[in-house]
Order: sequence, then structure tokens, then C-alpha cells
Amino acid sequence: MKLRHIIASILGMGSALLLSGCKIAVLQPRGVIAADEKQLLIDSVCLMLVIVIPVLILTVLICRRYRASNKSAKYSPNFSHSTTLEFFWWTIPIIIIIILGVMTWKSTHSLDPYKPLNAKGRTITIQAVALRWKWLFIYPEQGIATVNTVELPVNTKIDFLITSDAPMNSFQIPQLGGQIYAMNGMQTKLHLLATSTGDYDGRSVSFSGDGFSDMKFVAHVRSAQAFDQWVKLVKAAPKGNRLTMEKYHALVKPSENVPVQYFASVMPNLYRKIILKFMTPNRHNVDTSELGVHL
Amino acid sequence: MLEHELFGRLTLHSIPYDNPIIMGAGGVMALAAIAVIGALFYFKRWTWLWKEWITTVDHKKIGIMYMIAAFVMLLRGFSDAIMMRLQQALAFGHHLGYLPPEHYDQVFTAHGVIMIFFMAMAFVFGLVNLIVPLQIGARDVAFPYLNSLSFWLYVVSAALVNISLVVGKFAATGWLAYPPLSELAYSPGVGVDYYLWALSISGIGTLLGGINILVTIIKMRCPGMTLMKMPLFTWSVLCAMILVVISFPILNITLLLLFFDRFFGMHFFTSGFGGNAMLYINLIWTWGHPEVYILVLPAFGIFSEVVATFSKKTLFGYAAMVYATAAITILAFTVWLHHFFTMGAGANVNSFFGIATMIISIPTGVKVFNWLATMYRGRITYTTPMLWTIAFLITFTIGGMTGVMMAVPGIDFQLHNSLFLVAHFHNTIIGGVVFGLFAGFTYWFPKMFGFTLDEKWGRRAVYLWVSGFYVAFMPLYVLGLMGMTRRLNHYQSPVWHIYLVVAACGVILIAGGIACQVIMLLVSIKNREQNRDLTGDPWGGRTLEWSIPSPAPFYNFAIEPHVDSRDPFWKEKEAMRESGQTKAKPQYEDIHMPKNTSMGFIVAIFAGIFGFAMVWNIIWLVGLSIIATIVSVIVRTFNFKTDYYVKASEVEKIENEFLEKAKTVQ
Repeated sequence: MKLRHIIASILGMGSALLLSGCKIAVLQPRGVIAADEKQLLIDSVCLMLVIVIPVLILTVLICRRYRASNKSAKYSPNFSHSTTLEFFWWTIPIIIIIILGVMTWKSTHSLDPYKPLNAKGRTITIQAVALRWKWLFIYPEQGIATVNTVELPVNTKIDFLITSDAPMNSFQIPQLGGQIYAMNGMQTKLHLLATSTGDYDGRSVSFSGDGFSDMKFVAHVRSAQAFDQWVKLVKAAPKGNRLTMEKYHALVKPSENVPVQYFASVMPNLYRKIILKFMTPNRHNVDTSELGVHL
Repeated sequence: MLEHELFGRLTLHSIPYDNPIIMGAGGVMALAAIAVIGALFYFKRWTWLWKEWITTVDHKKIGIMYMIAAFVMLLRGFSDAIMMRLQQALAFGHHLGYLPPEHYDQVFTAHGVIMIFFMAMAFVFGLVNLIVPLQIGARDVAFPYLNSLSFWLYVVSAALVNISLVVGKFAATGWLAYPPLSELAYSPGVGVDYYLWALSISGIGTLLGGINILVTIIKMRCPGMTLMKMPLFTWSVLCAMILVVISFPILNITLLLLFFDRFFGMHFFTSGFGGNAMLYINLIWTWGHPEVYILVLPAFGIFSEVVATFSKKTLFGYAAMVYATAAITILAFTVWLHHFFTMGAGANVNSFFGIATMIISIPTGVKVFNWLATMYRGRITYTTPMLWTIAFLITFTIGGMTGVMMAVPGIDFQLHNSLFLVAHFHNTIIGGVVFGLFAGFTYWFPKMFGFTLDEKWGRRAVYLWVSGFYVAFMPLYVLGLMGMTRRLNHYQSPVWHIYLVVAACGVILIAGGIACQVIMLLVSIKNREQNRDLTGDPWGGRTLEWSIPSPAPFYNFAIEPHVDSRDPFWKEKEAMRESGQTKAKPQYEDIHMPKNTSMGFIVAIFAGIFGFAMVWNIIWLVGLSIIATIVSVIVRTFNFKTDYYVKASEVEKIENEFLEKAKTVQ
């Protein structure tokens, strides 16, 4: 079979290429959550290989040994039941799944995106809004906002509060870890902590329409001083550079491949208004205190 | 105004004349249709087509038609795949590729919809229709007219999807059309309406088909065939049809609610006015996850038959296999949330669904061990169906492992909606379902047409498909780990580019595999006289379908079989070999058969017109087609001449012809 040889060589070349190893975001974590998620991934794969590798080897061996042309192999046409064998191949997967189940229960609770992180020092809150097709980041404590870029201080707890004024999206910075949907009229949360400075890709991970491919941003993780410096710099921008309701309405209009923008100040309660817009669609300029909603 | 009354939203501008790709594809489809129609005129085959095929209620012919349609839709879905892979291989850095997003988005949506609903489902229903009655010793399905109706409903909805290519557009929302993207506010065109009506009509067809097969298996087994003596394929189909009957109503209702939102301005899933998209996502996956098992369980059944036959051994652990299948059936309804761990459910909920998902891998793993144990101490002959099975065992094990990985919510947070996910579900659907369907197709082909398929080209197809699969999808696993999201039209990273070029090469290999399959069919038809299956039992089969001639006569069984074991035909052959006796000459009797009916076809055509009218809001046509559909269903109920008897003398004549031919090879 010549075809078989050609295919074998193509497969060989392919796997060599795959192993050449480049930047594999999920396996090169730069945050505590991503690091735990990577460890979980490796542990679970190793655990499953305990059963997968023997199965693959057995398949090849059985196929070779019991080929029809090998008359020396034993042939038992009615061998169709063995309590011992069946006991083993029910029990071994059950044990593996029990171990994996315990790992799952523990890790799902410790890596819950809603769970605040256990670390000392200040917490930065960032409100992320998915728009068509860009990300708006509001820093409520600093009173600034950015589009398609986010600056984070290293070794600092970050609370992302996430919503959408667009079709459903999903927020993810793979090297920092975790992922959560961004949905209209609702708020989701993601807690992250970056452990080393650098620039990490982030993007929307849930298809949201034509401009989806460019709905990405870079997360710049800097030292705490550099972050504070950056906040000052943004705030020092010309006074007209304020994110008002008019500017927000312009931003909400669909646009693709949007360049990075900075806003020196943000109108108060913009994030609440974005969420409440969908909760009370007939009323504009709702007084949030009246609804008793705490966002 | 008059135009609007007459044609609704449909105008001449709905046809994208300026798009060469679409018009080219439309042109090819039109040419193919003209060629077929021309051939029918030239060979004067219209009456034959109408009497023998369109109006048939013979489950075998309906099965064959399902498979032909599935193959045509495979070609359509696969051309979408080629377009996507080509786009992603080209569109990196400053290049934007050749497909603009609004077109590309339709392509990946159509690819998913076509491959699942119109290729895989149709292929499954084709094999199920063809084989289940033969395996249980029945002469037809429980409701032959309903069977014809189910098939034609599927055909008209597949036609709607293909019409959307040229007239208007298809949904650009992803294959499950998540709101609010699929709501009127974000998708105002006819695309989502085509999606809704094509899937609603085919969904009803599938539901009717599911009920039909379920009743057939429960009520029409031959004497002696208790549930625990049913062949494993029939068992897996029974379980799959239970899933169909429970889950398809959910799909139909969910789509109907989305239609209410879009058409009547309701707010089930909108963002405002109390609607909630999360409801849709839950509902669609309570259908969507069982759907995965509706596809893969029959494939498991096929592998069970193929492994036993070609290892010349009794299937290992029959009872365990049945329990494992039943366990998967029940668990299939307890895992839907693993499709959206990232929607913000709490850790308790996520853990529950994660662990439930892992538990499914236990019965599935046991099945793999049982197949291996069936091969152990067997005499394995490497025919094409067996090669597909071995490719499945290896590929599916890997796919299962990546599936369990993503069942851990902590890992899923990193891999959800990445190309890793895309690689995983292609790994299980191609490696499980598609390989299984091809194995079943090759295995049972002689039962359909009376000759076996060419082995040489069949083997080549296996090699190219399997290697093509690995070359196309292993790079996607790596890309997923690199953080590449699914459904991207273009990207910046040059690193990703190399992997996507490799993936595109994989698609070329798969295309080679499909070409080999086409050649296999042509060569087999050309050499059919050499490959005639005169005995009706080309592989040394074990179950009832091999005890009758190939191709199976229209009445299936001249004498109703009586069964007292799991491999009845195998046991019968053994007994005859030991005693040296041949079968006694049977006493033939008149056979009760259903009559052909054109009503299934007619009702479905009206339903298709209704779907088209709903898409374009042509109100008068909606009314007219609803009335026509209902009236034709009622008219059919007044037809009392739905059956007839085949004379015993005729049965004897057909059977003797077969016995004469069979003697020539013994």
C-alpha cells in the first residue's frame, strides 16, 4: 500500500510541527487562576492517560494478534462473558472518575469566578462592558474609562464586573485565567490576579456578529507604581475627553476594529444605567436608588 | 403595495447577483438539478420515479433515499468546511481572506446545521429505517405512511436550507442561534427565519420518525425475540429513539418561542421586557445534549454488529452493553449545563453537571472494553467496516479523553468556545458517528443493492479520512490551547497561521477520502456482477437480516422467523452444519403489505411551501398552504384501501429464484 506510506510520512511531519512548541497561552499562565487551571488540566490528563494509554496499546496488540491470518492465536468463538474481566473494567474507570470527581468538586469551588481572591492589599474594580464590537472598561474608583485596552497592576486583586450592551459575549484573558459570559441586563463577575508584568491578549470568546473577530484587547499588566502613573496620565488628558451619555451612545453603535481610546472621566453610574436599560426598557434615566438595586 | 401583498418581503434584490461565490454554488446546484431532470425525461423514468420511490412506503427504499439525501448534504456541508478552512488559512495579519464576515458567518452556521440535522441525522435515520425491521424480523415499520411523511418533511426542510443560499440568506448566528443575537434587534433579515422553519419542519419529521421506529421495535418484533434477544444495533436504536421522542419536542417548542419573539414581538428570550436569553440556552441544550447521543448510540450499535461479525465471535458482554446503553440514555438528560459552565452558575451547580458528565464516560469506557474483548481470541478479518471500527476505537478514546477534560469546569473556563472545543466535538462526531455510519453503510450495502462495495477503494477512503481527520483537527487542539477562539473570520497571530494551513491540508486529505468513496461507488456499480451477493450472507452474519436474500425482497421475510437466541442466524447455520441438513421447503402464505401512498409527499410539499411563505411573510400563501396541509392529512384518513396481500404463489416464485441463484455458489 503506497498510499499508506505517503500518509504515514505526512502524519510524521505534522506531529513534528505540532511538537515544535510556540506560545501556548493556556500552558503559560501569568496569573494565579490560570496557573491553577493549568495544573488542573495537567493533573486530569495524567489521570486519564492511566486508562487511555493501555486502551490504545491493547487495541493495537489485539488487532495484530487476532488477525484472521494468524492461525496460531487462540480462537474461542463463544467467549462472551467473564466476571473477573468485567469487574475490572467497571471498577477501574469508576475509581478514576471518583478521584476526578473529587478534584472537580474542589477545583470548581476554589476556581469559581465569583469567589473573591484571598490575597492582601488593595482591590481594583473594573467594569467591563461588551459592545458591538469592542470592550469598554470603566474604572469606577479611578473615574476613568478605556476602550479595547485594559491596564492592571501586578499582584493586585482585580474584580471584573461584566455586562453587555450587545448580543451575548464572553470575557477571557487566557493567560490570566477564567472566563465568564457578558449578558444584557445582567452582571457577571470574574476575579483575577496577575503574577507577572507583561501584555496579554484578551478577547470576546462567544460569537456576537459580524465584527466579532476584532473584538479583542490587550491586558497590560504593570507594576503598582506604573499603574498609578498611568491612571494619572489618563486623567490629565484634555477636559473635553469625558465619557458622557452622548459619547456612550456613539460608542454603542456597531463598529469594527475599533482603535484604543481613553476617557479622562466617566459620567456617574454609567455601568448601572447600562444594566438597567434592559431591566426597565420603557424608562430612561432611571433613578437606581428607587429600585433598590445594588450593583 | 400589491407586490408586498403578493410576495411579502421577497423581492428580486433578495438574490445576491453580485456575489460570484454564491451564484457559482447556486449555478452548480441548478445544473445538477437540470441534469437529473433531463436524465429522467431522456430515460422516460418519471413514472418509475413516482411509483417506485416518491410514493413508496417500503422502509428499505425510504432508508436508501435518506442516505442519498444525506450524502448530497454531506457534499454541501463539506464544501462549507473547505471554505472555512481556506478562509482561516488565508486571513492572518493584514489579509482579510476572501470571505467577508457576513458571508463567512453564514457559512459556519450552515456547516453546523447541515452536518448535524441534514447529514448525520438523515444518515442515522437511513440506516435505522433500512436495518431495524430486518433485524427484528418485521415486514415494515409500524406506520409506513408516517415513515414516508417523515422522510419528505426532512427533504423539504433540507431544500429550504439550500434555497436560502440563493434566495435571501441563511442565519449568521452559529448553529444554535443563541439569542439575543438571533432576535429581531440583532438579526433583522430572513436568515434566522430560514433557520427556524427548516429546523421546525425537519424537527417534526424527526419526531414522527422517532415515534414510528420506537413503536416498531416495541410492537413488531418476531415471535421469540424478547428484549434481551434483540441485536445490539436495535437496542441502541431503541434508546436513541426514546431520546428523540423526549428531546425533539423541546427543540420544536424552543424554536417556536423564538419565532414568537421575532414575529409577534414577544419577549421570551429578548434582553428587555423580562425576557431572558439564558432560558433559550438551557432549553436548546436540553435538546442538544441528548441529540449527541441520538447520533452516537446507533453508531455504537453498528460497531457492536461489525465487531462481532468480523471477529467471528459472539459479542462480549451483551447484557453489560445493553445496561451501558440504557445508562447513557438516562444520563444524557442530566448533563446539558456542561455546554455553558461559563454562564455564571454557582460552583455547586457546575460541579454537579461536571461530575454527571464524567459519569457518562464509565458506561462508554465499558463499551470500548467490551468491543476489545470481542476482538480478543477472535479471527479478525480487516474488511472496510472493520477498519472504520478500529479507527473509531482509537479516535474516539482520544475524543472521550478531551471531553472529560472539558467536563471539569475549571479547565472548561480556559477552553470553552476555543478551537479545542471544536477539535473535541469533531473528534467524537467524525471519529464516532461518521466512522460508524460509513462502517454501517459498507456493512449493509449488499442488503440494499445485492452486491458488495469495492474493498480497494473502500480501504483508501478509510486511510484518507482517518489521516485527514488527524491532520485537520489535531492542530485545532493546539490552537485552542494557544487561545484561539472558534468562529474567527480573521486573526493577527502568524503563529496560528501555520497550524491553520496544516488543518487546511487535512481537509484536502478528507476531500480525497470523499473522492475515494465516490469512486468506490462507481467502481462497485461497474463491477457489480463480480461482486454479487447471491447467498444473502456475504460476511458470515449473525443476525436475521442476513437470513434473507440480497437485496432484501420487498416483503422482507417470506416466512415469519421464530427466534430463540441472540445470534439466531448464526445458530441456525451452526446447527445445519452439524446436522448436515438443509432447510426444509417452507409452506408459503399470503403476505399482508401496505400500499404505496402519495400523501406523505404531498403533505410535505405543502409544509415546505408553508415554511417558505413564513420566511418571506407571504400571508396569503401561509394561509393557503396551512389549509392545503390540513386538508390533505384529512383526505388521507378517508383512504381505507391502504393495504393488500401478496399471493403465496408469487412469494414462492421470488424465493425460488433466489434459492436457484444461491445454489450456484454453494
